[in-house]
Amino acid sequence: MMNYILRRFLYMIPLMILISILSFTVIKLQPGEFGSQYFGNPRVSPETIENLRARLGLDQPAYIQYLTWVKGIVTEGDFGYSFAYKRPVSELIWERLGWTVVVAGSTILFTWGLAIPIGIYSATHKYSIFDYVFTFIGFLGISVPNFFLALLLMYLVLSFGGTEVGGLFSQQYIGAPWSIAKFIDLLKHIWIPLIAIGTAGMAGVLRQMRGNLLDILGEQYVQTARAKGLNENVVIYKHAVRNAINPLISMFGMQLPKLISGTIISAIVLNLPTMGPFFYDALINQDQYLVMTFLMFSALMMLFGNLIADILLAVVDPRIRLD
Amino acid sequence: MLKKDKKAEAVETKKLDKNVSYKAKIIRRFLRHKIGMFGAVVLITIYLSAIFGGFIAPYNMMEKNEDYTYAPPTKIHFVDQEGDFSLRPFVYKLEKDRDPVTFAVEYQINKEVKYPIQFLARGEEYQFLGFFETNLHLFGLEKGADSKVFLMGTDRFGRDLFSRTLLGGRVSLSVGLFGILLSFMIGIIMGGISGFYGGWIDNIIQRFIELLRSFPRIPIWLALSMILPPDWSSVKIYFGIVTVLSFIGWTGIARVVRGQFLSYRDKDFVDAAKALGASDFSIMFRHILPNIMSYLIVAATLSFPGMILAESAMSFLGLGIKEPMTSWGLLLKQAQQMSVLKSSPWILAPGIFIIVTVLAFNFVGDAMRDAIDPFAVD
Repeated sequence: MMNYILRRFLYMIPLMILISILSFTVIKLQPGEFGSQYFGNPRVSPETIENLRARLGLDQPAYIQYLTWVKGIVTEGDFGYSFAYKRPVSELIWERLGWTVVVAGSTILFTWGLAIPIGIYSATHKYSIFDYVFTFIGFLGISVPNFFLALLLMYLVLSFGGTEVGGLFSQQYIGAPWSIAKFIDLLKHIWIPLIAIGTAGMAGVLRQMRGNLLDILGEQYVQTARAKGLNENVVIYKHAVRNAINPLISMFGMQLPKLISGTIISAIVLNLPTMGPFFYDALINQDQYLVMTFLMFSALMMLFGNLIADILLAVVDPRIRLD
Repeated sequence: MLKKDKKAEAVETKKLDKNVSYKAKIIRRFLRHKIGMFGAVVLITIYLSAIFGGFIAPYNMMEKNEDYTYAPPTKIHFVDQEGDFSLRPFVYKLEKDRDPVTFAVEYQINKEVKYPIQFLARGEEYQFLGFFETNLHLFGLEKGADSKVFLMGTDRFGRDLFSRTLLGGRVSLSVGLFGILLSFMIGIIMGGISGFYGGWIDNIIQRFIELLRSFPRIPIWLALSMILPPDWSSVKIYFGIVTVLSFIGWTGIARVVRGQFLSYRDKDFVDAAKALGASDFSIMFRHILPNIMSYLIVAATLSFPGMILAESAMSFLGLGIKEPMTSWGLLLKQAQQMSVLKSSPWILAPGIFIIVTVLAFNFVGDAMRDAIDPFAVD
């Protein structure tokens, strides 16, 4: 197992190099020069510009710029400089990571906490009214763009006279120290993003869970378990669900990376302090080092997600061996 | 015509179950799938309404009406104030007012004046399917009427949202189509080469696919769409967006094609074709490819929703389709302002078109997947 993980890590190194080259190329192909907006700003002194250009190697050909960037990452952990924020990129990403993980984490809890029981219910009560209702919700959930759901929820709250839309806190609590009131304020805000971001994922998990469990319930060993006179709950939860849940585990590993990058649009609509809107602003402002780092970071998260999924699967399912 | 024949054939052969060909079985299974058929009907309706959008839409999608900015949807009436029923629907006159205190625009309905809705009414000129000019519209108010009929309200410039949604549908629906065509072309060629030749070519292509797939989709789509120069015309941008969507989209197809090619390349009929001196190209695309077409058609149907959702998301952020073209996502863009969203919720209506289309594609795709399942029990 350790051997396998080590090999996967080693394989990630060349992949990450290629990913960084591709990220750099995509950004370099964009019209406009690195930081052109920043350098055109009359309030920035010529010396600062000179220093920055020299440090980032902006006067040199593209491949030197790339090598300078990579050298900075490898030797000093320096991911480049954000022209819009006038600060190193790594600090900025780090700051945003906290809220991103909070929002993504609570969405995962919400999604899976609801989807698994509903999926089990649907499969065990196949073709009942609730099964149809949940199946329809499942279909609807994967068909509604999550930014549209966010807009719809915001409209509903606004039309009922609510004001707690957008952001994670009311104005007075932003920057305030933590208190019970602040936490309650957070809860008042966070349900909209949870539903807007989580519904699509929930629908996917629900459909998968229902389908898997239905397949398993038709297997002969389930019939055998029933024939032995086992309690129906034992049959379902101990025999069937445990097997039906395996394919979902590989989905679970990809949840965090998916949520970080897949929710950019609804996070912009809802004005959340997560990485999505941050990435979008950086794109629009042509804050290229920030964009490259974000692309690299999200690709890295995907690779880790894949790895975690494979490991989890091997841990849960003794039939799977990693070597 | 052909379709009808097959349908009749499917019904006729119902009793001779064992003699039915695989193809006829697939079609029959699909036709029996109620939800799938429902989805298919919905899709046909939506595509037809986009194709004949110029005729169905009462107004031109570009026409600005300064007198009707953010006008609410017009209510269609059958019964007038005296309680008289008329079979011909009518609308009341829409009048604009300003609030005396806040000067905010308000719309009032003047129930004194009513205008009947005319079917096959003469309105503005447009190009019918690009062939000839006509001014015939499905419905509209009589010429000289001092009001307008806005089924879904209007936008910031007083443009009729219903007309814009129909014509925006052309973009949203065709981006998916072209995007999938392009993805499939690249995917079939790359996947075919990879699976057919194997060895180091396979290895390189597979590693390349892995590289592309390790980027999360939305960020890489957004970053790629930033490459399109801002001074491009909207038609060029349109094809740019199609290319951006296919840039990642082909990898999924290539994987499916490769797997299938791997399993087919050692079959006897391939050896036979080789022995007869068929070229690699002909073996790949004339002998092997037709065998996996049913898988590919299902995969295509199931990848439509992703394309449509991606285009709408990109346009919604302003990184996709640009004016004067429009698409469902771009129409939703104005809802980003909270004040507009609160006062004019009808601008969310194009979103319903996205949902219905994607839902219908999912229904049809699921039904097709069930239909081609070779182990399905009839």
